[in-house]
Amino acid sequence: MARAVSTRRKIFFTALAWIVALLLFFPILWTILTSFKTEQEAIASPPMIIPSWTLDNYFEVQARSDYFRHFLNSVWISVGSTLIALLFAIPAAWAMAFTPTPKTKDVLMWMLSTKMMPAVGVLVPMYLIFRDTGLLDTVWGLTMILTLINLPIVIWMLYTYFREIPVDILEAARMDGAILWKELVYVLVPMAVPGIASTLLLNIILAWNEAFWTINLTASKAAPLTAFISSFSSPQGLFWAKLSAASTLAIAPILVLGWLSQKQLVRGLTFGAVK
Amino acid sequence: MGSITLEHVNKSFGGHQVIPDASLEIEDGAFVVFVGPSGCGKSTLLRLIAGLEDTTSGIIRLDGEDVTQRGPAHRGLAMVFQSYALYPHMTVRQNIAFPLKMANTDKATTERKVDDAARVLNLTDYLDRKPRQLSGGQRQRVAIGRAIVRQPKAFLFDEPLSNLDAALRVNMRIEITELHQHLKTTMVYVTHDQVEAMTMADKIVVLNAGRIEQYGTPMELYRTPANKFVAGFIGSPRMNFLEGAHAEKYRAATIGVRPEHLRISRESGDWHGRVGVVEHLGSDTFLHVHMEGVGLQTVRTEGEKEFVPGDTVWLSPDPSRIYRFDQSGLALR
Repeated sequence: MARAVSTRRKIFFTALAWIVALLLFFPILWTILTSFKTEQEAIASPPMIIPSWTLDNYFEVQARSDYFRHFLNSVWISVGSTLIALLFAIPAAWAMAFTPTPKTKDVLMWMLSTKMMPAVGVLVPMYLIFRDTGLLDTVWGLTMILTLINLPIVIWMLYTYFREIPVDILEAARMDGAILWKELVYVLVPMAVPGIASTLLLNIILAWNEAFWTINLTASKAAPLTAFISSFSSPQGLFWAKLSAASTLAIAPILVLGWLSQKQLVRGLTFGAVK
Repeated sequence: MGSITLEHVNKSFGGHQVIPDASLEIEDGAFVVFVGPSGCGKSTLLRLIAGLEDTTSGIIRLDGEDVTQRGPAHRGLAMVFQSYALYPHMTVRQNIAFPLKMANTDKATTERKVDDAARVLNLTDYLDRKPRQLSGGQRQRVAIGRAIVRQPKAFLFDEPLSNLDAALRVNMRIEITELHQHLKTTMVYVTHDQVEAMTMADKIVVLNAGRIEQYGTPMELYRTPANKFVAGFIGSPRMNFLEGAHAEKYRAATIGVRPEHLRISRESGDWHGRVGVVEHLGSDTFLHVHMEGVGLQTVRTEGEKEFVPGDTVWLSPDPSRIYRFDQSGLALR
């Protein structure tokens, strides 16, 4: 029999959850507050908590560098790379989940192991390939590389969701005359919608926040918001308030997306954990 | 038309041979039941016919045509699964219509066929519900509706009633039998329940360790089992086996007597024993009698016989219903 949770324990864990959440959220909150300060207020010691609520940083940031162009690049790259990754990952995860071989686990581990390699290790060869194929500073080039680096995670997530789907149902579809693509489109994908949706959301977030390749393989044309933020840490010194304004602008869309879809994300991330 | 022929079909998983060599001829329109204990390969054999598993060797023919290399979608068979395997995101109507959609059937024909199937299966009121809103029996009916709607060459049933409660199982058993009488389409039905096999089948295939032990009508199997395994598997309660001196008297290594062919008396008989457990079923009484040096024997008597545990009794087999088996378990005729 489950033991009733005492009120004292409830209060303790609720307080702990709030503390952890606030600790995690604090840097974001501080960035947002700093973006409304003047540069002097931003570097004041002791730090000022309440800003003077100036919007100058935002105007300056937009004047110096076109936010919307970077924003659109980020949208293209994150959404594009996620959709292409799904296109490859759905059949791959289907094959591994429903027709596993003794080597399936090894293949999955191998795919994941590519994520363990430090990206900087292949920066030079990748840079040279991009330069020689004309992909440097193009949205297509970035979309391709983000598809590739996130593909293992997308396949892993989908594989986990697909394994929860009874194979009988796919076999029933085959018996009902469904050929492979119809089985995927009419039966597997609709049944896996919650899993696919949370994979899609998580991958968009990962791609949106990806900073290493997006900064190193772009100059101006294809630069997404990550490159937009980093352009504010200049050799002349750090302008904290402007940097914070740029960061706030960059993370705002993904924060809103995360907020709106939190139910879906949590459901997706805990999928299969509770029967 | 829907005759099914297996010619030396063999199936191995890895190095493990599940079906060593199966040959079988199922006539068009027959209701054939595959029966056997768990793990005997009956479901594998059905899945081989369905095309859900590839054969390791051998040929499978449908109406004489070799379909061994054809996928399940191209064999024209329909299957009802143990788990129902309904599409949870579709309504009952969409579930039943799915095979027609896959066959690109026009809308008017689809609607007519779905309505017909729903009427036959008493599902008309549930057409707009999702599978999760249905009871087990209704779900099974939807699965059957999905199978009958496109008029397949044959129906394959993989233990379709094992998830239902006892009362519903009896009803569905009758419904499936009536459906067969109405459609006259070949049906292959897998079960581990020999009562289901006996009551539904035109012909039964008894399987053991991947081998076909015997293929015949229920009464052929009951009256003339080919070996000890079939004799023990067909019939409920199962046949009593006696060895040693009791068997030698009949020039056999083992003799078998069905519980219903043993006469029980308090006064005299061939074999002496003591009553152990008594099971009263109302119409029948099963008595488990301990025979010294032989072990437990089951006796089936009609009506309400008043025996109590501990009673000393005599058993006499009906001499014309004694089954004789040699050392290897084969029936001696």
